[in-house]
Amino acid sequence: MEAFTAHTGRAVPLRRSNVDTDQIIPAHWLKKVTRDGFEDGLFEAWRKDGDFVLNRPEREGASVLVAGPDFGTGSSREHAVWALQNYGFRTVISSRFADIFRGNSLKNGLLTVVLDQAVVDRLWEITEADPTAEITVDLEKRQVLADAPDGSTLTAAFELDENARWRLLNGLDDISLTLQNEADIATYEAARPSHKPRTIDA
Amino acid sequence: MGRTLAEKVWDDHVVRRAEGEPDLLFIDLHLLHEVTSPQAFDGLRQAGRPVRRLDLTIATEDHNTPTLDIDKPIADPVSRAQLETLRKNCADFGVRLHPLGDVEQGVVHVVGPQLGLTQPGTTVVCGDSHTSTHGAFGALAFGIGTSQVEHVLATQTLPMARPRTMAITVEGELPDSVTAKDLILAIIARIGTGGGQGYIIEYRGSAIEKLSMEARMTICNMSIEAGARAGMIAPDATTFDYLRGRDHAPTGEDWDAAVAYWKTLRTDDDAVFDAEVVIDAAELAPFVTWGTNPGQGAPLSASVPDPASYEDASERHAAEKALEYMGLTAGQPLRAISVDTVFVGSCTNGRIEDLRNAASVIEGRKVADGVRMLVVPGSVRVALQAVEEGLDKVFTAAGAEWRHAGCSMCLGMNPDQLAPGERSASTSNRNFEGRQGKGGRTHLVSPQVAAATAVLGRLASPADLSEARTPAGVR
Repeated sequence: MEAFTAHTGRAVPLRRSNVDTDQIIPAHWLKKVTRDGFEDGLFEAWRKDGDFVLNRPEREGASVLVAGPDFGTGSSREHAVWALQNYGFRTVISSRFADIFRGNSLKNGLLTVVLDQAVVDRLWEITEADPTAEITVDLEKRQVLADAPDGSTLTAAFELDENARWRLLNGLDDISLTLQNEADIATYEAARPSHKPRTIDA
Repeated sequence: MGRTLAEKVWDDHVVRRAEGEPDLLFIDLHLLHEVTSPQAFDGLRQAGRPVRRLDLTIATEDHNTPTLDIDKPIADPVSRAQLETLRKNCADFGVRLHPLGDVEQGVVHVVGPQLGLTQPGTTVVCGDSHTSTHGAFGALAFGIGTSQVEHVLATQTLPMARPRTMAITVEGELPDSVTAKDLILAIIARIGTGGGQGYIIEYRGSAIEKLSMEARMTICNMSIEAGARAGMIAPDATTFDYLRGRDHAPTGEDWDAAVAYWKTLRTDDDAVFDAEVVIDAAELAPFVTWGTNPGQGAPLSASVPDPASYEDASERHAAEKALEYMGLTAGQPLRAISVDTVFVGSCTNGRIEDLRNAASVIEGRKVADGVRMLVVPGSVRVALQAVEEGLDKVFTAAGAEWRHAGCSMCLGMNPDQLAPGERSASTSNRNFEGRQGKGGRTHLVSPQVAAATAVLGRLASPADLSEARTPAGVR
């Protein structure tokens, strides 16, 4: 996994709540068997509208998505995370994320940042007023920074559990970490009751 | 202090617990399908890792599979390639697979329970959010992403932070016309699509205890639409009776030991949930969605809501967008909404009892002119049972199409899709924009409402149908 320490970039303010993973990447894209090449499928239906925020020239190259509450609901498709990353997003800010999407994003190095809706509202205002305004997401300091057009600086702290933060900062692979405790798994397996189901005779 | 059902199952699966780390949970059953597994198998190959527990792993094909002409090559080359990838991966790694054409093929969440693999007190995962279905057996079952699929293939475990617990207690009697689908749609409308975020929901109370296994699966299936990690129902005699004699259910002494364990899987009287919701079953009515998320629903007797009536700005905006997408007007009675297509099927409502319920409404009646009705059994076994009971004939006599098993129009990865602007009444689980086909409009309903809607061509409940039925064999 790609490590995440801090990132600064321009933003896409997405004023929609309940952005489900079917919107992020429609089902017909899920037939692909790779982890790349999903960028053209990102928000495919909404991008057919020329006025959709992602289509505006001033948003080209933006890497911070600022979305409404309950982002990533619905399907467990990790393709949603890959599509956001393939497109160029490094981080998504919202007041609430669906659990599975959040788990998937953190396993891929896409940092999902939870901030109060009032802060999200302010980030929308700042980045709508000035499309060149940059947002900094600093995982080491657990802090989001943005310079407002009036010269003030918005600073907001965010929470992320220490273990997830450590894995992200170091770009650690979960499977390798788990296999360090392989002996614990073997011990557990040896004690499993015989009535537990098996798909094939072992 | 006592523990909840979820906490008991969780604790029984902790392989390793360490300060400052998520618990490492053992996974009893890993279900695979073609869509979310290819990149996971690739990861194993790159790292040179085997599948740790082939005996706890099983695969089937469901999302991409056609429901017509299944004996011919799959027309869509990309779908075909994805199925072939699964077949190669299963062959290379030694995973048991039930491919298209096999008698055990079907929607993964229908297949697990009918094989008796889904059992109380087990942990079940699958790269599919509707894995919550299996919680109906008192299993801890949740959907995972592809990275986690790879993790389970390699280690048979998952590092997981322990969710909080929520009790949804439904007391009393469900009115005759009200099904499990109506109940779960009403619950989601009440707590919202994010209401369950961070929680495992336990459904309990007298109304839940009276439900069949099929109905319990419908409820747990849609836990994810309320944002919950998982949904669970304590196992009881209904659960044990469903499991007894199934292919992979324990036998002999193992059965006795299993039942003894399963009987301990109840929330202790002094256990405390982190959140509680109480619902009076008697107040419920047939429920349908009007919007573009499963929380945007209302009783069938209601009208399309006025977005201005929402105090919360974000909900108001979402309702405005939903009405625009759905082509609806505030104040329009839900019963006045005409549909083009009716879909009966999916992991939510594609089991035998669902087909029986839909058939009982449509028997001796006709699908309205201009309406297409698709009936897609959840699995080949469900289809065979339905044929044995003559349900396929009931549907085809009414003018419905009887199809082969699969996910079908629930998500339109195969050719079963809505055309732009087309409107469906669907027994599936998601009414998201474009879910059933680009520009398609979905109203989520129960099998009974689906059948009544097919007959009248507009959203309707069985009570709206006149008593008159066409005698068998007479048009």
